[in-house]
Amino acid sequence: MAKYVFKRVIYMILTLFLIASFTFSLMKMLPGSPISTSSKLTPNQLAAVEAKYGLDKPLPVQYGIYMKNMVKLDFGTSFQFKEASVTELIINRAGPSFILGIQALILGTIGGIILGMIAALRQNTAWDYGSTLIAIFGISIPSFVFASLLQYWIGVKGGFLPVGLWENGWKSSILPTIALAMGPLATSARFIRTEMIEVLGTDYITLAKAKGASGIEIAFKHAFRNALIPLITVMGPLAAGLVTGSLVVEQIFAIPGIGEQFVKAINVSDYSVIMGTTMFFSVLLILVIFIVDILYGIVDPRIRLAGGNKQ
Amino acid sequence: MKKNKLVWLSSLILVLSIFLAACGGGDDKDASKDSDSKKDSGSPDATQELNIIESAEIPTMDSVLVTDVVGSTVLNNVNEGLYRYNEENVAVPAIATGEPEVNKEGTVYTFKLRDSKWSDGSTVTANDFEYAWKRAIEPKTGSEYGPYMMAGIIKNATEIGKGKAKASDLGVKALDDKTLEVTLEKPTPYFLSLMAFSTFLPQKEEFVKEQGKKYASNSETTLYNGPFVLKGWDGTGLKWQYVKNDNYWDKDNVKLDKINVDVVKEDQTAINLYTSGKKDRAGLSGEFAMQYANDPEVLKVVESSPFYLKFNQKREGKEETVLANANIRKAISMAFNKEDLSKAVLANGSFEANYLVPAEFAYDEDGKDFREVNGNMNKFNAEEAKTYWEKGLKELGTDKVALEFLGGDSDLSKKMDEYLKNQLEKNLPGLSIKLKEVPFLVRVDLDSKQDYDIQFAGWSPDFQDPYTFLNLWLTDGQQNKMSYSSAKYDKFMKDAETTFANDPAKRWQALADAEKVLIEEDAAIAPVYQRGTMALQKTYVKDLVKHSFGAQYSYKWAYISGKE
Repeated sequence: MAKYVFKRVIYMILTLFLIASFTFSLMKMLPGSPISTSSKLTPNQLAAVEAKYGLDKPLPVQYGIYMKNMVKLDFGTSFQFKEASVTELIINRAGPSFILGIQALILGTIGGIILGMIAALRQNTAWDYGSTLIAIFGISIPSFVFASLLQYWIGVKGGFLPVGLWENGWKSSILPTIALAMGPLATSARFIRTEMIEVLGTDYITLAKAKGASGIEIAFKHAFRNALIPLITVMGPLAAGLVTGSLVVEQIFAIPGIGEQFVKAINVSDYSVIMGTTMFFSVLLILVIFIVDILYGIVDPRIRLAGGNKQ
Repeated sequence: MKKNKLVWLSSLILVLSIFLAACGGGDDKDASKDSDSKKDSGSPDATQELNIIESAEIPTMDSVLVTDVVGSTVLNNVNEGLYRYNEENVAVPAIATGEPEVNKEGTVYTFKLRDSKWSDGSTVTANDFEYAWKRAIEPKTGSEYGPYMMAGIIKNATEIGKGKAKASDLGVKALDDKTLEVTLEKPTPYFLSLMAFSTFLPQKEEFVKEQGKKYASNSETTLYNGPFVLKGWDGTGLKWQYVKNDNYWDKDNVKLDKINVDVVKEDQTAINLYTSGKKDRAGLSGEFAMQYANDPEVLKVVESSPFYLKFNQKREGKEETVLANANIRKAISMAFNKEDLSKAVLANGSFEANYLVPAEFAYDEDGKDFREVNGNMNKFNAEEAKTYWEKGLKELGTDKVALEFLGGDSDLSKKMDEYLKNQLEKNLPGLSIKLKEVPFLVRVDLDSKQDYDIQFAGWSPDFQDPYTFLNLWLTDGQQNKMSYSSAKYDKFMKDAETTFANDPAKRWQALADAEKVLIEEDAAIAPVYQRGTMALQKTYVKDLVKHSFGAQYSYKWAYISGKE
């Protein structure tokens, strides 16, 4: 196990390095620079500003300096906010995004599991069709549409939850969480349903039934645990989906999150913020995937992470 | 027979429903009018709190570094310079006690400062102005507007920009704590209107040095001398508050106690927050403007920003394009229906412009709008356009012209580009337009390389004088990345700048003549529209002043009446 974790960490660092290099070069290919809009600067001022941000050096040197600083967790200062350090910006903005992401993931998967199980256990009944319908809606309607609908009907028309902004504590997070959770909810409901139906048809379930185990016992103790494995597989991509979904949902609910800032930084070529947020998202995703892989071993002992069964 | 009855019945229902709907609408309007008038007669409420929305974050509160609208707006409400724009958009003395003394040549201004305080209780002195301005011109500071606004106006600013003089040589001097002397390069008629611009705000030297790099990067490291102080701004956040400044010299005229600001970037969200009563004002753009056009709470605001087509005469500064032909340019500038474009296509409060210097922007000494001098030029006229077009084609010896049209990539610009393409191709036979729609940064880049034929562009003024627009097309002018050069135009502009600098009437005429050459004679650019905006604002918000350029709002005089 330790050997496996060590190997994975090396891979993770390598992945991050590649992502950083890739983003760096892509970003430099973006038309314009963070100070090109400043057509009002005189040539020697421009030189002074470029020197301040190190933009006067050749690209490979800039790259080298950037990578060196990144190792020290120094992502530089933002171009759009004068003298604001990118690390500080990310810390200030990550909170709301993190809360929304976690809540949506929990709500989405648990909700999805419940829906999926109901559908599987009551196969081909109204329960099944109902939950399938919800799943289809969740997959086919993008989160920003849900966000707008929730905001209008529950926030404006209903008036019992905040329309937007981040100031009523937990209450402010309910609507965006629901909007974000619809995707994961639909996906996990579908997976659980399919898997449960398959597992429920296997021999050992028949055996369990024959031994007189109760329906609930069978569903939870025997079927559910096996049905969970494919769901864990898709948790990584689901978490990635939440990140991209949050870019739009945060903007719609005017939430001071990191996703909203990511979009803006790209629009104004704020190099340091683009790099900083990209790395932040990458680390998060890589961590999620890593945790998922570890979880495998716990849920299903048949899956060996390290070469334990050498033949 | 039966069928006829059905048709008759349904038309009856239709007519009835329209009638009923109309009645319903009427009732609503009357009701709201009634309550309006009741509110108007009322005095300010006990709670003076305003809730508003901004469209972007504050990048910095450092007045010498600020370049954006949000930053300028906040500075306008928490700081105060020698002058301030009043409710009628006129610059009037603020920290200056009155009009300055000016020497005979019009080159030395002596301002007397009133007794006023910073938010830390210390006195605002003439040195605070001298320090801030010198800081702005110092190349190391990297201020965009410092050299831009001062060059050619304040003594030695141009030299300092070139590195030939030191920032300490700038023509500004604190004679004593309450007297500021400014020496100009040459007489500048619009100098006083500059004094209300954020670059010329004061900064307390001691405080700036003490804060170092952190100066003006959050609400705690910023000092205020205006109507409000800033609270709860962490430097990158999406929310902040204005709180009434008890150290402000004119605090008796400030009625609001608190203003809560949230940054909302999504228009629909802003409108939803407004509708739910959370916010007192929301901007309307694009399709929302059309949707709410007849809402009784809609305000239409004129902005001082003209938009126009630029005709590039030399591609990449070398090869001459067909647009070097004056008849071709004239033809294009008259060949599209500007009224339909602004009313039907844009429908956001913008209106047709047949001029460069915007309406309701610059006034002569008698208060007459600059637009009354020059009126409209190159109005839409399809027939005349066609005559010029044929003449131009003949001169060029061709009957087919293909041009590239460079525009923005927003939904609205795409819609507008499509309309323009359609109009031009319809009214000018033989013309084919290829649209190239790119993000703003790319357009700026292509513009600087002169890599386009026709470009859709706009400009917002830096000070309240026609000169801010007209100097853009001098032979080496800033927007003139299109190889336009007219000796006649340059001459009028030179006259306005130097010969008639101390003769307002003649100067005004020279500026008007220059505009005529640029648009009517040469058709160097083709005006399209002047921007207007629309916003929803609750009727209980009173005296919230909207400026047509620079800082967007002044909250100094605003108050709430009739909300409770």
